[in-house]
Amino acid sequence: MQIYVCVKHVPDTAAKITVVGGTGFAETCKFVINPYDEYGVEEAVQIVSRAGQGEVVIVTVGRENAVNTMRSALALGAHRGILVKTDAQFLDSNLTSQALKKAIVQDGSPDIIFTGKQSIDSEGMQTPYRLAQALGLPVATEVVDVKINDRRAVVEREIGGGSREVVEMPLPCVIGATKGLNEPHYPKLPDIMRAKKKEIRKIDIRALGVDIADGPTQILKLDPVPERSRAKMLQGSTREMVEELVRRLKEEAKVL
Amino acid sequence: MAKIGVLIETSDEGVKEANGGVITAARGEAGNEIYAFVLNAKAADCRNALQQYGVAKVVEVSADAAAWVSSPDLQARALAEAIKHFEISTLLGLSSAQGRDLLARLAALIDAPLVQDCSGINLAEGTVKKSHFSGKTFATIKLNGNLRICSIRPNTIEAQPAPVEAEVLTFQAAVQDPGGLVVKEVKKTAPGSVELTEANIIITGGRPIGAAENYKILRECAEVLGAAVGASRAVVDAGFAPHSMQVGQTGKTVSPKLYIACGLSGSVQHFAGMKTSRVIVAINTDKDAPIFNKCDYGLVGDLFEIVPVLTAVLKEQPQ
Ligand SMILES: Cc1cc2nc3c(=O)[nH]c(=O)nc-3n(C[C@H](O)[C@H](O)[C@H](O)COP(=O)(O)OP(=O)(O)OC[C@H]3O[C@@H](n4cnc5c(N)ncnc54)[C@H](O)[C@@H]3O)c2cc1C
Ligand SMILES: Nc1ncnc2c1ncn2[C@@H]1O[C@H](COP(=O)(O)O)[C@@H](O)[C@H]1O
Repeated sequence: MQIYVCVKHVPDTAAKITVVGGTGFAETCKFVINPYDEYGVEEAVQIVSRAGQGEVVIVTVGRENAVNTMRSALALGAHRGILVKTDAQFLDSNLTSQALKKAIVQDGSPDIIFTGKQSIDSEGMQTPYRLAQALGLPVATEVVDVKINDRRAVVEREIGGGSREVVEMPLPCVIGATKGLNEPHYPKLPDIMRAKKKEIRKIDIRALGVDIADGPTQILKLDPVPERSRAKMLQGSTREMVEELVRRLKEEAKVL
Repeated sequence: MAKIGVLIETSDEGVKEANGGVITAARGEAGNEIYAFVLNAKAADCRNALQQYGVAKVVEVSADAAAWVSSPDLQARALAEAIKHFEISTLLGLSSAQGRDLLARLAALIDAPLVQDCSGINLAEGTVKKSHFSGKTFATIKLNGNLRICSIRPNTIEAQPAPVEAEVLTFQAAVQDPGGLVVKEVKKTAPGSVELTEANIIITGGRPIGAAENYKILRECAEVLGAAVGASRAVVDAGFAPHSMQVGQTGKTVSPKLYIACGLSGSVQHFAGMKTSRVIVAINTDKDAPIFNKCDYGLVGDLFEIVPVLTAVLKEQPQ
């Protein structure tokens, strides 16, 4: 099994985001592996270890410091990494998927490509589809269960309203992971040490022939969202508080 | 006047209510001509629900292939033909699991710009607003090109009626199933539950819920409100609620008009999934709970005491 996992280096969910220069943010905050991609790494490592042979390769499009995130994916048991170097955190999904495709095709022939269902920074929700289209492969995302048998993948997707869709695809295919697929394990110290010695090959995005000037979407502006202020605290007995709440929801907030 | 397409989502009960906001967005300032594309229902059955929001043409899209229902790739191909045929300049849909999936397949197929989960749109400028960093910032994004695709987050654009008489059309696409992917079945894991992301009102129980059966008091209140019931990760991890009920960073992102948080501390990761709700109410025993610093109305007290009273008071209200 040759499995590639697309892993993005993103600000931690708890990080404070400070907008800088209108369309960027202060990248001094803590960065982590995109949480959905971590489920992909865990699943890939488990599949290869069950198969008893194969390789898990981490592919990241990002800045030089994304190697830290790649190391944490390697500590989960992936074998090596490829970093496609860019100058900016935000890159159009179309260009990102072109870069991922070229990096993967240049490296080997995938049996499975895992991604997350979305990046938690730009929330694009489309890279796996564009990557699959570029490679001519079938794709399913928001996947919570994967079974591989006889070169076919049977996956389950959560589709809302408490329903799940069961989808079958031949390998190779692209699978977008989400929470529920597995529980990523905590790497042990020796795993972290070993990860430091694993190979990370670096390629400049321009060397792959991706024209980064030519994105079909453009961020014009990034605006911080002010936090809500302190709640209006309702007073009195339980019944009085509740009656006051219902009155305010009707008359003041007009949501009932 | 531009021709704007709307991908309509239907359920067993017919046209989903959440489409109303998407059609309203499609009307724009200029009074665009709106084409509603229906893939998995009869256009004639959807006409009444759609024309009240200003849809001019209801187009039933199909292809002559046995794989229609089981192949989203075939549906994307048929939709691509339909929007070409009707010269659509912008296609909108719902940001639901199914809406996002089909629109992403389509955008990849025809190499069109796509922005998912938008909460505002300016059709004349070709710009949209959407959350970045789980609602900590909002980005204004420009879509270049002659054909743009956007999915709209449910409840972020209020549906406003603008009744017209709609025409019903059919469009049979001459496309083949590319093969590969097959949808084998749809499993109902929690039958009859209101989909969280499309609900107008959500009531959520946090860690102190303590047991699956205790959700009953929230469900009773939800029934009176017409609300959906949510959970925090603490409850899901403890096995008291399925992951499909989880709101937050690693659960669902919701934007209801009213969010009632019962026994939640107000973690950043939970807020990541619901901070764009219009009004947030918190019920918590701890008067210093962080959630009270970032919501609209606060009630200090035990949820097991307050929620049943809320249900009773709501029942007493004149309709
Ligand atoms: C990467 C990552 C992703 C995460 N994703 C999510 C996510 O998607 N969704 C999510 O919810 N969390 C998520 N979390 C977890 C999150 O950080 C919190 O741990 C979790 O949200 C806490 O849940 P809670 O508010 O229900 O419980 P607690 O934080 O334990 O709060 C319980 C609250 O209930 C109050 N209380 C106690 N008894 C009562 C009573 N009888 N009546 C009323 N109030 C009472 C307490 O005062 C307290 O404030 C994530 C964490 C990480 C690290
Ligand atoms: N810069 C990137 N490097 C590696 N993988 C990425 C990158 N951007 C997106 N992806 C993958 O595509 C998934 C969906 O991203 P998005 O379309 O941005 O929401 C992510 O979960 C990643 O697996």
